[in-house]
Amino acid sequence: MDVDPFDDLGSETFRLTCPGETLTSSQAFMRGHGTYVDNEEVVASVAGIIERVNKLVTVRALRTRYNPEVGDLVIGRITEVQPRRWKVDANSRQDAVLMLSSVNLPGGVQRRKLESDELQMRNFFEEGDLLVAEVQAFFSDGAMSLHTRSLKYGKLRNGQLVTVPPILVRRLKSHFYSLPSGVDLILGLNGYIWVSKHVKDSEQEGEEGFDAEAVYSNQNDDIDAATRTAISRVTNIIRILATHSVPLTDVVLLEAYEWAIEQEVDVKDLLQEDVSDALVAAVTARS
Amino acid sequence: MSSRIEILNDGGYRSDGRRQYELRDMTFDMSEQAGADGSAIIAHGLTQVLVSVFGPREAKMRSQTLHDRAIINVEVSIAPFSTGDRRKRARGDKRILEFASMIKATFEPVVQTSLHPRSQIDIFVHVLQQDGGVLQACINATTLALANAGVPLLDFVCAVTGGVHAAAPMLDLTTLEENDLPHVTVAVMPRTGRVTLVSMETRLHVDRFEEIFRLAGQAGSVLHKEMRAAVRERTKGVVDAMGSGLRTSDFAEDAMMDDT
Repeated sequence: MDVDPFDDLGSETFRLTCPGETLTSSQAFMRGHGTYVDNEEVVASVAGIIERVNKLVTVRALRTRYNPEVGDLVIGRITEVQPRRWKVDANSRQDAVLMLSSVNLPGGVQRRKLESDELQMRNFFEEGDLLVAEVQAFFSDGAMSLHTRSLKYGKLRNGQLVTVPPILVRRLKSHFYSLPSGVDLILGLNGYIWVSKHVKDSEQEGEEGFDAEAVYSNQNDDIDAATRTAISRVTNIIRILATHSVPLTDVVLLEAYEWAIEQEVDVKDLLQEDVSDALVAAVTARS
Repeated sequence: MSSRIEILNDGGYRSDGRRQYELRDMTFDMSEQAGADGSAIIAHGLTQVLVSVFGPREAKMRSQTLHDRAIINVEVSIAPFSTGDRRKRARGDKRILEFASMIKATFEPVVQTSLHPRSQIDIFVHVLQQDGGVLQACINATTLALANAGVPLLDFVCAVTGGVHAAAPMLDLTTLEENDLPHVTVAVMPRTGRVTLVSMETRLHVDRFEEIFRLAGQAGSVLHKEMRAAVRERTKGVVDAMGSGLRTSDFAEDAMMDDT
């Protein structure tokens, strides 16, 4: 091949493509995700950005379901209780699996699993419960297996769930984040975001005030009105940023929150179009 | 067959002022519908169709789950207010079921189902207004919705209806014309020129078929250009929005590093 078709990749603009568009010859390049080979040509199968690593050509779709990778932090909802396992909806192409052997049971990390545990699995997680977990491995058919073998993971309470397109959540150093107004955020890489009441430092896992019995509790703590407002404000901000396709990072979220406080906008008024446009403009223009 | 209105007048114009091979005005709206993975509203003249795509997601019907590929589930609903004479069709209406299975059969060879074993792709089609060419609108809208949802497709599927008046072939028929003329809907994959659907519910003379079939195929590639432009514009819009956000945070991180 005389001319490298990807010469212009170095420039600022992204190269976009659509399903059925020929990208390059399959003799010179390898096909990656989002492409297929037909008649010795590599052809795109999704609409999105063309990416190339050496000889590998892939197309990344913009709006798609979550593509899990081992080690990702995800938030999910229990859909089914099966023998020795839970099925978890994690915004992926198939429901994830949470094995009874990969959760921490109350009464110490080292506790052995008993037969009675299998019989009372609904005491730990029930259908509809939300949890935060890590992707542990994959099954042969591509379904993911989760684990909650850390005190940071487990059942979620005291908060609210927001769903955004997974591409907007990028891998960060930490996906647990506290805003100064008494709100904790968990940014799941699958696009599920948990906004909840702040857990005091003294009550954090491993500290003295940590209540191990409350790990599987279904009862919310008392949440005062100010915290409730703050939680709703953060959820509305996330919704706005998501509809405007602004990638969510801790910096952006903090800026948006400060803007909302500065402008003294009522929580429900945030969702109005002119206010949300102003917010997005302020966040993307700042710094 | 004599009709009260003139299908094609002596000047070569049709009842709505179009030429023989002229397509109606098309609009594509690919903005997000709440909750759906991908959606599209498409209008061919007065015919308007909304399609929402969910998935690939965990198959809810265990018995139908396939271990080597995804299943496609199409549900069609026709709004009672979509036609001139208002009437409600039951969900189990045979005609609607057949319509749904036609759409399903059109997309089964196009969607790369083998990439998503044990899952299910739900396609919900809502016909909002009908003025001829409902099937073509449904197929075109489904293509856009699937592309919007990031479902891997071999190619676009572009469908156009063709009919024949006396010996004059026509494209993109309205209800008025559909009632009077023999017509055929053809869905093509423009890259390879493969045909994934030919649907004919009226009797058409064998000698006329080839010409209409060829014409509808050509019109499909014209449609393809428009649809591709719509998808590109949508993709570009999202990329630009994301890009502006990305740059901000990168700058912010740099600034923070300078401070320390």
